[in-house]
Parts: sequence; C-alpha cells; structure tokens
Amino acid sequence: MRTYLRLLWTFFRVSILGELAYRASFWLQIVESLIDLGTALAFVSVVFSYTRVLNGWSADELLTLIGVYFLIGGAINMIIMPGMNRLIEQVRQGTLDYVLTRPEDAQLLVSIQQIDMWKLLDVLLGMALLVGAMLWHGSLPGPLQLLAFALTLLAGAVIIYSFVLFLATLSFWYVRMENILVIFESMYEAGRWPVDIYPGWLRAILTFVVPVAFAVTVPAEALTARLTWLVLAGTLLLAALALLASRLFWRFAIRYYSGASA
Amino acid sequence: MTHLIAVYRQQLKTAIAEQLQYRAALVIWLIEVALGPAVSISVWSTVARNEGGEVNGYSPSGFAAYFIATMLVNYATQTWVFWEFSRRVREGEFSPLLLRPVHPIHADIAQHLAYKILMLPVIGLVTLILWLAFHAGFTPSTANLATFLPALLLAFALRFTLEWTLALLAFWLTQVNVINQLYVVVVLFLSGQLLPLSFLPAPLQAVTAWLPFQWMVAFPAQLLSTGLSAQAVVTGFLAQLIWLLLGLGLLSLTWRRGLKRYTAVGG
Repeated sequence: MRTYLRLLWTFFRVSILGELAYRASFWLQIVESLIDLGTALAFVSVVFSYTRVLNGWSADELLTLIGVYFLIGGAINMIIMPGMNRLIEQVRQGTLDYVLTRPEDAQLLVSIQQIDMWKLLDVLLGMALLVGAMLWHGSLPGPLQLLAFALTLLAGAVIIYSFVLFLATLSFWYVRMENILVIFESMYEAGRWPVDIYPGWLRAILTFVVPVAFAVTVPAEALTARLTWLVLAGTLLLAALALLASRLFWRFAIRYYSGASA
Repeated sequence: MTHLIAVYRQQLKTAIAEQLQYRAALVIWLIEVALGPAVSISVWSTVARNEGGEVNGYSPSGFAAYFIATMLVNYATQTWVFWEFSRRVREGEFSPLLLRPVHPIHADIAQHLAYKILMLPVIGLVTLILWLAFHAGFTPSTANLATFLPALLLAFALRFTLEWTLALLAFWLTQVNVINQLYVVVVLFLSGQLLPLSFLPAPLQAVTAWLPFQWMVAFPAQLLSTGLSAQAVVTGFLAQLIWLLLGLGLLSLTWRRGLKRYTAVGG
C-alpha cells in the first residue's frame, strides 16, 4: 500500500512539473471551472424561483448535490479519465508492452499513470460548495452521516473507476474505444440533478448502465440524511463486486493481449 | 450563380464522404443530443407537478414539446466554426482556403449543411423517442406550421452569420476558447435553449429583447411547440431580418479588417 501511495505521489509530482511550464492553462482552467459552476448555479436558482422543493430536495440540499457532482467529477477527470484515455492509446500503439514489463502491478500503473492536476480545482470548488451548503442549511451533519458520506463517496468513486476501466479494457478487442469514454462523460452531466426526478427508464440507465446515480446522488443522499441502511449496504456491496469484476476482466484481457509493437 | 451551385454540390459531396468515415461519432452525438432535452424536461416537469400541474402556463407535456422543438431548432441552426477558427489561423490552414476563387464561408456553409443532412435520421429518431417517452403536446396552428420553415432558415442564416463573425476574432486573439465558452453559456440562457424565455428574471428578459439570440432558437421553437399570435410572428420575422442585415454588415467589415491582419502576420 505504501509503495502504491508513493507511486501516486511520484506521478502527481511529474505531472506538476510538466504542467508548471504552461502557467496560462491554470488561468484558463479557473475561468472554465467558474463558467461551469456559474451555469449550474444560475440554472438552479431559476428553477428554485419557481418552486421551493424539487421532488423533496430543498435548494440547499440541491447545492450539496452539485457540490458532490463537482467533487467526484473533478476527481474522475483528474485521475481516472486521463489514465484510461492513455491506456486506450497505448493499446493501439503497442506501447502498453513497456508498462507490462514493469515490476509493479500493471492495472495500478495504467490507472494512475496520467494526472490532469488542474482538475483539482473542480474538486476544491466542489468542497467549497459542500461547506457553503452546510452553512446555508444551518446545521452540520452528524458523525454517522459524515461516515456514511465518506463511505458512499469512496464507493461511488470505486464504481465509476471499475466501470471506466471495464470500458477501457474493451480496447484490447475493439480499437476505437475513446468514443465510449466521451459517451460516459456526457452521461455524467445528467448527474447534476438527483436521479429520482428522471422517469423510470432514464433512472434505470443512470443507475445500472452508466452508474452516475451511485457516484453523485447516493453520497448527496448520505449527507442530507435521506439514505436508508439498505441503499448504503447495497452501494458498498456493489462497489466491492464492481471492483472485483473489473479486476478479473482486466486479468483476463491481459492474457489475451499479445502486443502490437514490433 | 450556376458557378456557386456547382461549388456547393462539390463541397457537399466531399463533406458527406468525410463525415461518413466517423460513423461512431453519430452514436455519440445521438446520446448527447437526446440527453440535454431529457434532463430539462425532467427537471421542469418535476417543478410543474410540485406546483400543482403547471408553471407559467407550461404543463409537463408543454415542457416536453418546447424542449423537443428547441432541440430540433438548435440542431438545425447550430454551428461550430468558432471552435475551428483559432486552429486555422494559428496553423496557417487559412492560406490555401484564401487561394481558392470562392469566399471560404461557402465551404463552411456546405460543410454544415452536409453534417445536418447526415444527422437528419438521428435527430428524427431522437425526436420520436423523446416525444413518446415524455408525451409531448404540440399545439401550433396550421399558419404557425407554415411559417416554421422560413423562420428556421432565417434563424440558421442569422446564427451562422453571427458565429462566423465571432470566429473571425481569432485573427486578433490567440486564445479564443474562453470567449467561445462564455458565448456558448450566454446563448444557452438567452436564446431559450435552457428554459423558455418567460422563465428568466424580469431584468434579463428586458435584456434579451435587445439581443439577437432569441430569434436564433426560441422564436422558431415556439412556433413549433406552443404556437404564436400573428402579431408575434410578424415581429419575429422583422427582428430576424434586421439582425441578419446587421450581422452581414458586421461580417464583411470584420472579414476585410481580419484579412489585412492575417496577411500582416503571415507575410
């Protein structure tokens, strides 16, 4: 475990060193994130000028949800997406061979090999929103709620990671997989709203086909005290199963992989 | 004139052949284009049900019709030139385009038309799915329907002119992405894509009256979904024409100045 954390830190440092050469992109990312956030908040404020609760979610609770959306989205775009996009590229070009020859676990290496550190801004913005929503609400969540939030947040991240890894692993068989990841990114945007406002078929897609519900709605439910024990247990179980399944699939795929270089 | 038609025919053929290579992109586009309206309809239908079935005169099925119509109009009028322009200028791709005997705007128009023609089956499918899934209720009069196509064509002409002019900013600035992004957000709110304009706060509504954006999306979309009074239709067409003329003037002015600037940089 210590080695893995050290590896993650090394990759992060390399990415910082690489990015510091382009300081202008820091400002661009700030503006981009703020535009994104402003759009979301403006839309929500218009919606809540016409109603006091949206399907049981009050304005401050919805702010919590948007906070989780930015937090998780930022984390996905910072670590998971860049690495997976690169993995697909490596499979196509045959450079995955070099990763496989390294002594550390290949799945871990491809998962953290590329970090887009500017997306840390979205994570921070998301946290700021969460704090703001709590202050607005006027009371802090209890320790049990915080624990449930931390657990579901982790579980949501694990589910999304497993899902994206599964998609990226498919590139061992199908070469043009980068498009699939784009689909995932656009589906993620539906997570800006609690999934219970969507009609049944769409909710089912967002829960089980593209697991956005687990990543955003469930942690937000934990923080706003509407999570049942059953959903909590189910989410944790699903996260464990997803991680296991994606791991097995990766092992299977690696055995199939024969290399394309030379 | 016949010369220009030949140019368009050739450009269309090339653009379609080009686009057909990216069939997977069609599927992605299908999901992207369907998800936006599905989210909007769900959110506003929930609001309507919370408030006893209707907000501001819109029921859930009215919202569904409005957002499906907006999606159709947006598909027909949308352009993406301003994302490509900065690359064109920066990497000198503009030079060969300028050497051709026709104005480069024609190639862009043809490329956009080709893309829209190819996407027609996709958008038709999405419309059908959303219509059935959300029980959309369209209520235009026959007169409204008859004026829809001309309004849509004018909306496309207006939007294309404005966005091509905006794209020309790349002659002066190297980093236009932030400006483009801001523009997209402004259009999202003020053109009626994100919500019917009558839902905006009063001061913003006053602002939209003096801006061209609502004539690019909201006007044709309302013709198709809820229908408009004869007076509103006449006002809409006049506004579209006036803005189009202004836009064309601005375009030729900016184009001439930008070209001078470009030769200065390239030479």
